[in-house]
Amino acid sequence: MTQEAIFSGFGGQGVLTMGMLLGYAGIIEDKEVTWMPSYGPEMRGGTANCITIISDTYISSPIISTFDTVMALNQPSVDKFEEKVKKGGNIIYDSTNILTVPTRKDINIYAVPGSETAVRLKNSKVLNMIMLGSFLKVNPIVKIETIWKALEQVLPERYHNLIPLNQEAFNTGMELIAK
Amino acid sequence: MGKKKLMKGNEALAEAMIRAGCDAYFGYPITPQSEVIEYLSREATNRTGMVVLQAESEVAAINMIYGSAACGRRVMTTSSSPGISLMQEGLSYIAAAELPCLVANINRGGPGLGTIQPSQGDYFQATKGGGHGDYHLIVLAPSSVQEMVDYTLLGFELSEKYRCPTMLLADGAIGQMMEKVELYDQMPRKTEFPDWATTGKPKNSDRRIITSLFIQPEKMEQINLGLQRKYREIEKNEVRFQTINTDDAEYIFTGFGLGARICTKAMESGRAKGYKIGVIRPQTLYPFPVDIYSELSKKVKGILDVEMNAGQMVDDVRLAVKGNTRVEFYGRMGGIIPTPDEILENFEKIFLK
Amino acid sequence: MADEDKDFLFSDICVEENLVYRKPGTLTETELHYCPGCGHGVAHKLLMEVVDEMGIQNETIGVAPVGCSVFAYHYLNVDMQEAAHGRACAVATGVKRVQPDKYVFTYQGDGDLAAIGTAETIHAANRGENFLIVFINNGVYGMTSGQMAPTTLPGMITTTSPFGSDTKTQGHPLKISNLVASLPGVAYVTRQSVHKPANVRKAKKAFQKAFEYQKKGLGTCLVEIVSSCPSNWKLTPLESNKFLEDKMIPYYPLGDLKVPEGK
Ligand SMILES: Cc1ncc(C[n+]2csc(CCOP(=O)(O)OP(=O)(O)O)c2C)c(N)n1
Ligand code: SF4
Ligand SMILES: [Mg+2]
Repeated sequence: MTQEAIFSGFGGQGVLTMGMLLGYAGIIEDKEVTWMPSYGPEMRGGTANCITIISDTYISSPIISTFDTVMALNQPSVDKFEEKVKKGGNIIYDSTNILTVPTRKDINIYAVPGSETAVRLKNSKVLNMIMLGSFLKVNPIVKIETIWKALEQVLPERYHNLIPLNQEAFNTGMELIAK
Repeated sequence: MGKKKLMKGNEALAEAMIRAGCDAYFGYPITPQSEVIEYLSREATNRTGMVVLQAESEVAAINMIYGSAACGRRVMTTSSSPGISLMQEGLSYIAAAELPCLVANINRGGPGLGTIQPSQGDYFQATKGGGHGDYHLIVLAPSSVQEMVDYTLLGFELSEKYRCPTMLLADGAIGQMMEKVELYDQMPRKTEFPDWATTGKPKNSDRRIITSLFIQPEKMEQINLGLQRKYREIEKNEVRFQTINTDDAEYIFTGFGLGARICTKAMESGRAKGYKIGVIRPQTLYPFPVDIYSELSKKVKGILDVEMNAGQMVDDVRLAVKGNTRVEFYGRMGGIIPTPDEILENFEKIFLK
Repeated sequence: MADEDKDFLFSDICVEENLVYRKPGTLTETELHYCPGCGHGVAHKLLMEVVDEMGIQNETIGVAPVGCSVFAYHYLNVDMQEAAHGRACAVATGVKRVQPDKYVFTYQGDGDLAAIGTAETIHAANRGENFLIVFINNGVYGMTSGQMAPTTLPGMITTTSPFGSDTKTQGHPLKISNLVASLPGVAYVTRQSVHKPANVRKAKKAFQKAFEYQKKGLGTCLVEIVSSCPSNWKLTPLESNKFLEDKMIPYYPLGDLKVPEGK
C-alpha cells in the first residue's frame, strides 16, 4: 500500500510536524518514507507544505504531481491543491478557515471544523493533531498506537506531559470524520 | 549496521561524517545546508573529539581544510552555491597539491545570490574543475538521504585513494527532505598518517613539503601529466551509475540526483501508458558514465535529459552519444523542481507528436 | 697563493676552537635567492636558530606565504606547507587544530598578511589560535616588483603610487600589529627589526619567547619584523637601512605591543 499525501497550510499551523509524525510512525512500522518540506521564507501567502509518502515498497520520487490525499489548512492550499488530488482521492480541509470550499465530484471531500474544535479544547496548537486524527481515520496507513510511539520520539521528554492532550485532540479528529 | 532512522539529508550527512571517523570540519553557515554545522556543533566533538570550527568565511574554511588535509587527516567542509564559488581558489590549490578532502555542495538556485530553493545549476562548476587550471574533482551525486550517508564514506575513501578532492553534489531538496536511512557503525579516527603528511619532519628522513607551486614550466608540465594520468585512472575504475528498465527501452530518461528520481516516477507513469522508457542515473558525474550512454544510444529512439538547470549534464550526454540518437533536454531553473507529469508531458510533446 | 699554502690554511684555521658561526641544521644547504640587504634571509635564520636551539625541528610545521618568501620551504628544514596568497593563517589553523601538540608558524609579507589576508589574520588572532605569525613588513609588494602595499608610507613612491602614496585616495599605512594586539585571544605582539646586530639579537629573543608561549598554550603570537626591500625601494642596502631608521621605524616604532600577563 502507498499513500502519497501533502499537508499544506500557513506557517505555524504545524503542517510540517503533521507529515513528520506520520513519517516517524511509518519508520516504526518499517515502511518506506519520504518527507519533502517546502523550506525557507515562503513566497505565496506564507504557505508551508510537506509531501509525505508512506509505502510498503520502494519510493521512486519524493516529488510527485498528484496526491492520494490533500490536507489543506488554509484557503490558498485548497485553491492550489484541489486539482492535484488523484481521481477517487481525498481532500480534507479545515472548514473553520476555508470559505471557498472544494467542489470536485470525482474525489472525496471531508470538511473538518479543526480550528473551532481546537478552540473548544482550549489549545489552538493541537489543530494539527485534530487534523492528523481525521487523516488517519480516512487513511488508516499506520496503527494509532504507532502514532503515540512516534509522538514520544518526536517530543522532547520535558513535553511528554502534553501527550494526553495531543491524544485527546487526535481522537476528537477521528470522531469528526465518523460523524 | 544500525537501526533504520528517519533523518533529514543534511543531518544524515553530518552524522555520516562523524561515523566515518572524520577528524575535522570547517565551514560557514549558508542556507540550505546550515543544519550540517549546527548538528556537528551539537554532536561531534563530545563523541569523537573531532574538530568543528565555524570559519570566518568559506575562503578561510577551505584553506583550513587544506591545512588539516596536508596533515593527513580525514576532513570535510560543506556549503551551498555562493559559498562553493568562494572555495574555488582553495580547491584548485588542493587539487594541485593532491590533498584528499570531501566537500559537499547543497546546490541552491543561482546565479548570484539567487534563491535558497533547490537547483542543479552548479553541474559545470563541479564537474569541469571550477577553479583555475586543469584539474577535476571526483563528483558524486546522491539522490536520496541514504546516498548522502553512503557517499560520505565513499567520498572519503575515493579522495584518499587518489589523493583527489571529492565533491558531493546534492541539491537543497535532498538536504532538507527526510527519508529512512541506515547508518554505519562508528569508525575509529585515524592514528597513523601517510608519509607525505606534514606531521613534523621525521628524524632520519627529509622534510615534507606540500605545495602547488612549480615555477619551472617543465616541472609544471610533469605535474600536469601526472594529474592527467590519475584522472584517466579514475575514469577507468570509478564510474558508477544505475539503470532502470533499460533492457527493452525505446526511450531513455536521464538525470542526476533528485532529478533522476523524478524521472523514474515519470518513467513509471509512462510505462503505465505503454511507453517503453528506461532510466540512466549517473552516480558519479566525474567520472561520467560515458559507455552506458554510448551503448544504449545505439538501441533507443531518443534520450530525454532532465535537470534543474538550463541544460548542463546534457552536454556530456551528447558527447557520449556521439550523434547516435536524438538527445533532447527538459529543465526548470531558479529553484523550481519539475514534476513527473510535467516530464512525461514534455516527453510526449517532444518525441511522440 | 700556492696550493699547498691553501691546504695548510684550511686545515689550520677550520678547527672547532676557531668556530664563530655554524649554520643550524634547521636550514637547508640551498642558497638563498633574496636580494642583498633584504630582511627575509636574516629572519629565516633567526627563526630556524630558535627551532634548532629548542630542539623542536621534528615537531614544527611552517606555512609559507605568497610573496618573496614563497620559497621559504626551500630553506627552512622543517615540514612545510605552501598556502594560497593571504590564506596562511587559515591553513595554519587547520594544521594546529588537528595537531595541537605541534609547533606551528606562518611566515608572511605585508601584502599577504595585511591586504588580501586581513580577514584570515584578524580572525585567527581573534580566536587566539595558538601559533606564531611571523610578519615581514617591508612596505611594498616585493615579489611582484614593488607595488604599493597596505603598509606603504605616505608619499612613498611605488609602481602603483608613482607620484607618492596619497592617503586621501590610497589609504593610510595599516598598523595591523596594533590591531592584532588589541584582540583578547592574542598573547604576544612585538615589532622588531633586523638591520643592526643589536636588533638582530632582540628579534631572535622575540622568536624564542613566541615559541615558549606557544608551548604554554597562551594564544596567538605575532612577531613583526620591519624590514627593507632595497630592490623595490630603489636604494642600496645601506641607504635602505637609513630609510628604515628615518622613515619606517618612526611610523612603525619598535618594541612590544602586547606581552602575556605577568611577563
Ligand atoms: C590571488 C593572488 N593575487 C595576486 C597574487 C600576486 N602576488 C604574489 S605576491 C604578491 C604580493 C606580495 O607582497 P608581500 O606579501 O608584501 O610580500 P613581499 O614580497 O613583500 O615579501 C602578489 C600581489 C597572487 N599570487 N595570488
Ligand atoms: S624584492 Fe625586496 S623583499 Fe623581495 S627579496 Fe628582494 S629585497 Fe627582499
Ligand atoms: Mg612586502
